[in-house]
Amino acid sequence: MRTGAMGICVMCLLLLAACQREKRDIRPSPTRLAIYGDAAKEDALRPGGPISPQPVVNNPYNGSAYDISEGQRLFNWYNCSGCHANGGGGIGPPLIKQHWTYGGEPANLFDTIVKGRPNGMPAWGGRIPEYQVWQIIAFIRSMNGEQPRSATASRQDSIETNPQNIVNRVRGKTK
Amino acid sequence: MKNNTRQIFSTFAGVLGVACLSLLISCAGHQQSAVDPAGPQSGRIDTLWWSFFWLLGAIFVIVMVLTLMTLGRRHRGFEQEPLEATHKPSEETDSRLRRIIAGATVTTVVILFVLIVASVGTGKANSELQNKKNPLTIQVTGNQWWWQLEYMNSDPTKILVTANEMHIPVGRPVQIRGISNDVIHSFWVPNLNGKRDLIPSHVTTQWMEADHPGVFRGQCAEFCGLQHAHMAIWVIAEPEDKFDAWMRAQLQPAAGPSTPELQRGRQVFMNNACVYCHEIQGTTAAGQNGPDLTHFGSRRGIAANTVPNTAGNLAGWILDPQSLKPGNHMATIALNSTDLQPLVEYLESLK
Amino acid sequence: MTASQDIYPQTPNLAHDVDQLERSWRHPRGIFGWFSYTTHQAIGMRYIITAFIMLLAGGVEALLMRTQLMHANNGFLSADRYNELFTTHGTTMMFLFAVPMMEGMAIYLVPLMCGTRNVAFPRLNAFGYWIFVVGVLFLYWGVFTNAAPDMGWFAYPPLSGPQFTPGKRTDYWAQMITFTEVSALCVASELIVTISKMRAPGMSLNRMPLYVWSILTQSFMVIFAMPAIVLASSYLLSDRTVATHFVNPAEGGDPLLYQHIFWFFGHPEVYIIFIPALGFVSAIVVAHARREIVGYTAMVLSQIANGFIAFGLWVHHMFATDLPQIGAAYFTASSMMIAITSGVQIFCWIATLWSGRPRLTTALHFVYGFIAIFVLGGLSGVVLASIPLDLQVHDTFFVVAHFHYVLIGGAVFPLFGAFYHWFPKMTGRMMNERLGRLNFWVLFIGFNLTFFPMHILGLKGMPRRVYTYSPEMGWDQLNFLATVGAWVIAVGGLLFIANVLWSRKKGAIAGNNPWDADSLEWAAASPPPNYNFEYLPAVTSRYPLWVPGADRTFVTGTRSDRREVLVTTLMDAEPHHRYILPGPSIWPLVAGICVSIGFVGSVFNAWYVTWGAIISGLALIAWFWPKRPLEPADE
Repeated sequence: MRTGAMGICVMCLLLLAACQREKRDIRPSPTRLAIYGDAAKEDALRPGGPISPQPVVNNPYNGSAYDISEGQRLFNWYNCSGCHANGGGGIGPPLIKQHWTYGGEPANLFDTIVKGRPNGMPAWGGRIPEYQVWQIIAFIRSMNGEQPRSATASRQDSIETNPQNIVNRVRGKTK
Repeated sequence: MKNNTRQIFSTFAGVLGVACLSLLISCAGHQQSAVDPAGPQSGRIDTLWWSFFWLLGAIFVIVMVLTLMTLGRRHRGFEQEPLEATHKPSEETDSRLRRIIAGATVTTVVILFVLIVASVGTGKANSELQNKKNPLTIQVTGNQWWWQLEYMNSDPTKILVTANEMHIPVGRPVQIRGISNDVIHSFWVPNLNGKRDLIPSHVTTQWMEADHPGVFRGQCAEFCGLQHAHMAIWVIAEPEDKFDAWMRAQLQPAAGPSTPELQRGRQVFMNNACVYCHEIQGTTAAGQNGPDLTHFGSRRGIAANTVPNTAGNLAGWILDPQSLKPGNHMATIALNSTDLQPLVEYLESLK
Repeated sequence: MTASQDIYPQTPNLAHDVDQLERSWRHPRGIFGWFSYTTHQAIGMRYIITAFIMLLAGGVEALLMRTQLMHANNGFLSADRYNELFTTHGTTMMFLFAVPMMEGMAIYLVPLMCGTRNVAFPRLNAFGYWIFVVGVLFLYWGVFTNAAPDMGWFAYPPLSGPQFTPGKRTDYWAQMITFTEVSALCVASELIVTISKMRAPGMSLNRMPLYVWSILTQSFMVIFAMPAIVLASSYLLSDRTVATHFVNPAEGGDPLLYQHIFWFFGHPEVYIIFIPALGFVSAIVVAHARREIVGYTAMVLSQIANGFIAFGLWVHHMFATDLPQIGAAYFTASSMMIAITSGVQIFCWIATLWSGRPRLTTALHFVYGFIAIFVLGGLSGVVLASIPLDLQVHDTFFVVAHFHYVLIGGAVFPLFGAFYHWFPKMTGRMMNERLGRLNFWVLFIGFNLTFFPMHILGLKGMPRRVYTYSPEMGWDQLNFLATVGAWVIAVGGLLFIANVLWSRKKGAIAGNNPWDADSLEWAAASPPPNYNFEYLPAVTSRYPLWVPGADRTFVTGTRSDRREVLVTTLMDAEPHHRYILPGPSIWPLVAGICVSIGFVGSVFNAWYVTWGAIISGLALIAWFWPKRPLEPADE
């Protein structure tokens, strides 16, 4: 009976791991439709010394296969691939890289997409609902190998998301 | 044993009776029905169906009567031989039975041959449609979960792009050129003809013709994902002159907004994510991901005919697409009422 | 335990021989021992019970689906949940219930009917079962972690491809197929060898029972059909996990390739399920009509022809994909032609019942039910074979009605008949006849109430696999009727379980041959001991137990102090040599675990193919490690 109980515990743990991957939130909650002003501060320099710690903004769709797949669809539907191709860049910079100009963490990506950036990145805030921005971010992160392999979107013909393709990649930085 | 036999007979008769009754009751109601033909192809298929039905039904009854007769002693037709000891009757009985079985087998072969000839003949007759003159070619693109329709024309300015509602002229053959943008779908309007799959990386062809005016419903018939159940199409057959008038109206770009309210509505459309997916000819909205909305106000249904096209339904659809069709690809956009109302009015004005 | 003396003549050494057989065939003890069993009765029972649990699971899934479709716009289940349910229902019934159940019955019955002591490869038998169980657990693991497959039981790409079904749902499904197909191949190969080489002396091919012929045909079909599904599911799995392009159209693959390969397996699959059921019907008809079958040769040839022709029908599942007319017409002809081979068998059974002395037991009730339901299903199949008609009713509820009529009528009803017929042999007790007849009528009425209206629904335009429909379509009443019928079927299933549970404790004691049947399994005790027969029987007739007792012969001279059987020649079953079967062994389980690690892991990381191969290789080496030589066989 001891083995039985242990077996159930192991199963429950594995169950929880699978929960996030197979999550399918088809109806976004109303709060996710609004657009937040910004998620990440670009500079730690502030007048008046450090202030209370900022809340960490996490991507609610981390590790969720359905949302990464939706992100892939939206990446093409909203024509991100027009400038960024399938992550390799063209008119715009590549999205598979180690060093991000404005930061590669999900909060930074959120800011970039929502507020736009100089030299051509449009400000999508107010146009794309927030939940879709997060889905696109999940997809971009998956292109960089930052999402669990089992949840990652289908491989694309043009660029293989293989660790060897990401130069000097630091492993194990998933959120 | 006798009681048992009677019980079996009566139950069998009862089941057969229920079956017939349900058949008769439910023959009423002909929307999207394969046995309510509105064109020559579906007419031939309907005739073929009823021929099969009566012939095979008669065969079924004969087989069942013979099977049930095995239970009654007096219907055996052979002398009661001492089977208890040997477990087999005489050689003469056996060879007689074998001859009967051989005869039944030959009859089966003949009947099946007749059915094969009838089927192949019907198929050939139905494909004769493609030899008729002056077909109307419509390219149907299956998407998750809506139908894009393009009325082909050698003059590119006369190619009509619309969605989810197809008008066809009565008496003219229509060639459906089927492709798919994502997964396998199947174009099926039972009143007019059988179905044809729309397979990505293939082009499939189907022909149909309506022989009287009417409104016919079709539905996707190949499982295509979450909202396969809500992917319907209206095919409206109308006389040639009405069809031409419809085409001319549909080829026009969208009417410009004539009141400030409608102008506000168009502005809301342009300022939101709508333009990323939808096209309205005559405006700068040129999204290709979703259905063309140039003449949305003239269509009967919303969301691949999941609900009728009324202002209330449209408002509900725009505010929360996931409630009507959970899992579909339309973005959920937060609009407040000062934006929503003009937008709905504007879209309904696009006749 | 020595009851077969009543059937076969006595020998003076009986008590001593039986004592030695008891010891050499004894099951090992304890939990470790339980995992090491290699006797065919134990493994057959395990298959039967596991497959029956899968039948119940599939039934629950069906009930949930029917409840959702009870009326228009019902909100009982979401679209995603409904899609998962119909996919899991189809997958469970086809891969986890029907084929394993037929295999399990065959594993149990074939050695008994052939007059031998075990299957030819007992450890392979055990291995096949463990692989099957892991397949079941793997799929249902997915079901309970929101990763149930949701793309239809045939999983057409691109819907089942990486872009349109994210997550691991399809991957679990595809790999479960690998498990069940490996298991099926193991069972098929050992059954072919058993039937070919281990029959009782004198049981030439034309004296073999019709059930054994059906299993021989089915096993050959498994060997030719299963590789196709392994190929198709592997294409899909590797497209999804390691970026191959077999069936993904975005990169040059072709979805139709998958359909062809899948249905090349898929059509024979339904005959793999159905042909053993025909074997059941033959066995039950002969025993309960108490006469020899009419047209034995025609029956055998029809069954074999069925097996062959079944491989030439697969395109009838693809008539809507815009195929060239002439090619498609060939498949119309072959699809109609197979009605002839099935028809011949029906005629022979009717003739046997007509000229026999039918005794209306529950088992024979199920045979009559089978004839009624299967013939109707076969006739709707003739409708589907006709291309113009198929193009209207393909992918509608008409097809759902058709295949349930042929599968439930053609396979499940004979299966229930087989349960009632062989329960006395398997447990030593008779089932309750009154409850059995009630069971039959509830199932028969419930079945027809559920599925007959679906023919009409299909003609009225209701497509398959829709989680809801709108009230204007006019499909409400018939759907409601079908749902009521589904609940009636559920009651029938419960009645069966109640009958089994009651009869195990309170049923009348059966004895060896309560039906006075003809085939060899009725010579063994009920339930048979691990060694089946005290002395291996020899036969001189197609119906061995209908030969008068004084004329029955058996084999002497095989050793009883080790697991020894007689190997006979293929055609005439003349004794050829003695063969020592392996005893209990833990290595099938260990090898099964190693192979499972490889298969399960490869869904997540392709390297597991390598690790799995290495440890499986080690396990196989241990399995086949040569034992020290035995003392010479002659004494």
